[in-house]
Amino acid sequence: MHIVVCLKQVPDSAQIRVHPVTNTIMRQGVPTIINPYDLFALEEALRLRDRLGGEVTVLTMGPPMAEDALRKALTFGADRAVLLTDRSFAGSDTLATSYALSMALAKIGEVFGPTPIVFTGKQTIDGDTAQVGPGIAKRLGLNQLTYVARICDLDPAAGTISVERRAEGGVQVLETRMPVLITMLEGTNEMRRGSLDDAYRAARSQIVKWSAADAGITELAKCGLKGSPTIVKKVFAPQARAEKVQQIPTSDLSTDALAASVMAAIFQKQPALEGDLLRFAAGQ
Amino acid sequence: MIEERFDAIVVGAGPSGNAAAYTMAKEGLKVLQLERGEYPGSKNVQGAILYADALEKIIPDFREDAPLERHVIEQRLWTMDNGSHVGMHYRSDDFNEERPNRYTIIRAQFDRWFSGKVREAGAVLLCETTVTELLRDTAGRVIGVRTDRGGGTAFADIVILGEGVNGLVGQRAGLRPELKPDTVALAVKEMHFLPRETIEARFNLKGNEGVVIEAMGTITDGMTGTGFLYTNQESISIGIGCIVSDFTESNRTPYGLLEAFKRHPSVQPLLEGSECKEYVAHLIPEGGYNAMPQLYGDGWIVVGDAGQFVNAVHREGSNLAMTTGRIAAETVVWLKRRREELSKGNLAEYQRRLEETFVMKDMKKYRKIPDFLHHNKHFFNLYPKLLSGAAQTWFRVDGVDKRTKEKQIFQSFRAGRKLTGLIGDAFKLARSWR
Ligand SMILES: Cc1cc2nc3c(=O)[nH]c(=O)nc-3n(C[C@H](O)[C@H](O)[C@H](O)COP(=O)(O)OP(=O)(O)OC[C@H]3O[C@@H](n4cnc5c(N)ncnc54)[C@H](O)[C@@H]3O)c2cc1C
Repeated sequence: MHIVVCLKQVPDSAQIRVHPVTNTIMRQGVPTIINPYDLFALEEALRLRDRLGGEVTVLTMGPPMAEDALRKALTFGADRAVLLTDRSFAGSDTLATSYALSMALAKIGEVFGPTPIVFTGKQTIDGDTAQVGPGIAKRLGLNQLTYVARICDLDPAAGTISVERRAEGGVQVLETRMPVLITMLEGTNEMRRGSLDDAYRAARSQIVKWSAADAGITELAKCGLKGSPTIVKKVFAPQARAEKVQQIPTSDLSTDALAASVMAAIFQKQPALEGDLLRFAAGQ
Repeated sequence: MIEERFDAIVVGAGPSGNAAAYTMAKEGLKVLQLERGEYPGSKNVQGAILYADALEKIIPDFREDAPLERHVIEQRLWTMDNGSHVGMHYRSDDFNEERPNRYTIIRAQFDRWFSGKVREAGAVLLCETTVTELLRDTAGRVIGVRTDRGGGTAFADIVILGEGVNGLVGQRAGLRPELKPDTVALAVKEMHFLPRETIEARFNLKGNEGVVIEAMGTITDGMTGTGFLYTNQESISIGIGCIVSDFTESNRTPYGLLEAFKRHPSVQPLLEGSECKEYVAHLIPEGGYNAMPQLYGDGWIVVGDAGQFVNAVHREGSNLAMTTGRIAAETVVWLKRRREELSKGNLAEYQRRLEETFVMKDMKKYRKIPDFLHHNKHFFNLYPKLLSGAAQTWFRVDGVDKRTKEKQIFQSFRAGRKLTGLIGDAFKLARSWR
């Protein structure tokens, strides 16, 4: 079975800085990572491949440096990587992104064989829209299974797949026919560590690089800034809230006395808490 | 197991490993480089000053695209007491040359750049791959490595160990002893961000000019160690380090020292308004020549910090790392061309070549310094205080005549340390320095 995983290289949001003077996000020098949600999709795809045979292709649209993310995915054990990169994609919103990716997916199907399953992560950590996966599904006419927590069953002969989907207030078990697009939830599996051979192969393999034309994209008006109706009006850093810190001197106190003085300070601020805690301790 | 056999496996992608891998790959050798970090430089720590000369000998046109911060035009040496410092500043427009001699760098960026060159030259780098063990044949010759990745062995004619100061691979294989607490320093460092205009105004700089400050004195609270402050484009690197055994004895913490250093009245205004974005700690091998291990054997060579190649007095390490890496690689290439075995006997050529360079000459010249500084703590506590006191006496105009001032200064030195002690220290220092 040929599975494609769409992934995105994103700035490591834990390490983003806001310029102290201009108040804009400083992307330069911020390390990039594979969008963490996409890793759950990738691992799920690798598991299916290991179980059923076949290949996993990873696909990303991004600047040339997004190659790093793809190479990393190869290190985890993906078989092939396709980088969709073209100046005309710059500034894409989710509409334009899903267009370009769906065209590339179609092309991947032609060149490397049909793809009954396409995975994406639930959403990205830099855009947080969760729109690209469903957008691709719509454009390619794939059945879509979003927020998937577990793949229960897959019958290649019958072409069916059933999954657990986490929905508000419960878990749904859904079954549908392939081809499907699945967006994976976080925390559903743990990314493997590629073997030494995987790592070696990844370091040496050629990444397939496609321009818009290579991917068969002719309608450039649907790409990049031109094809993006979304307008980012303003980016700003939230004001840091001033939290009040109370220092409690600790000299010459035993642990018990220390705990008592900390609690006393807390109870002073929250008088109701003491009674609550006492009741709780008494098992009521 | 990787089926292919390599000419060389390089452990580590710091300056020493990169220099070795680059030099061999460029000469057409098949090189596999293994790095445990997520990417080269991800965990590596340096002040950091880059000395152009050592890198030029490997990548002559590195200035074209290397991530360099500022070229150093001013060096400040400070001896500090609790509230003041006595400084020697050397600033020269000569350092604004076409090919500057020293640069400040940020290692996470620099190592990545260097590694890019290594890969362009044809070496294969695998990150997040820790070498756990050296593999030997029945005769005891090193023939490859085992890694922590599944199925993880790889084989080569030689293993070059550029694994840094606390090189566990070499230690486990018994190639060198465990580090001793009195031959290694523990340094901590922070990066403080400031707008570049602020840095340039504070340090009197224009363009990419930079200042470095090296400091010693009561900032180390009587321990053997130094502090530093370097200007980057939009940040300041500040750090302090002392010999590990001194930390153990004094019960002081490295971050405690750094906090005090940052609050020192001579330092605090330089950092004012900055935002600290990074805190790191790292060891520095400071045992010098006398702590150097065996550098080569059947099928292996040690380069960089793993071989104790650091000149602590001049804060040179990365240049020794690059030079030893390059020369180790050149030796391997030379032996391979002559179809000679990479045996212990033949690899002695590595050390012979090193002896002819500044690396071994400096290591030997300063062989007595580590021990001297470790056992003469006056240089870190008493003398800086006396020097500051003397400066204060001398510069304060208070109606006391100059001859009396001279006497006061002389007496302060004698009260602090007996005349024999003073002369003895001067004599010992001169002898160690020779
Ligand atoms: C605070 C501080 C300030 C300094 N300032 C300066 C300065 O201003 N100028 C200067 O020239 N020098 C300075 N130095 C010294 C300089 O940083 C070192 O000498 C230099 O980094 C040594 O290079 P190296 O390649 O030998 O080791 P490292 O740079 O330590 O690189 C070793 C590499 O090996 C990897 N590794 C280790 N074990 C394994 C394993 N088992 N498997 C795979 N990979 C492994 C590590 O992850 C690391 O990337 C400073 C050091 C410190 C700590």
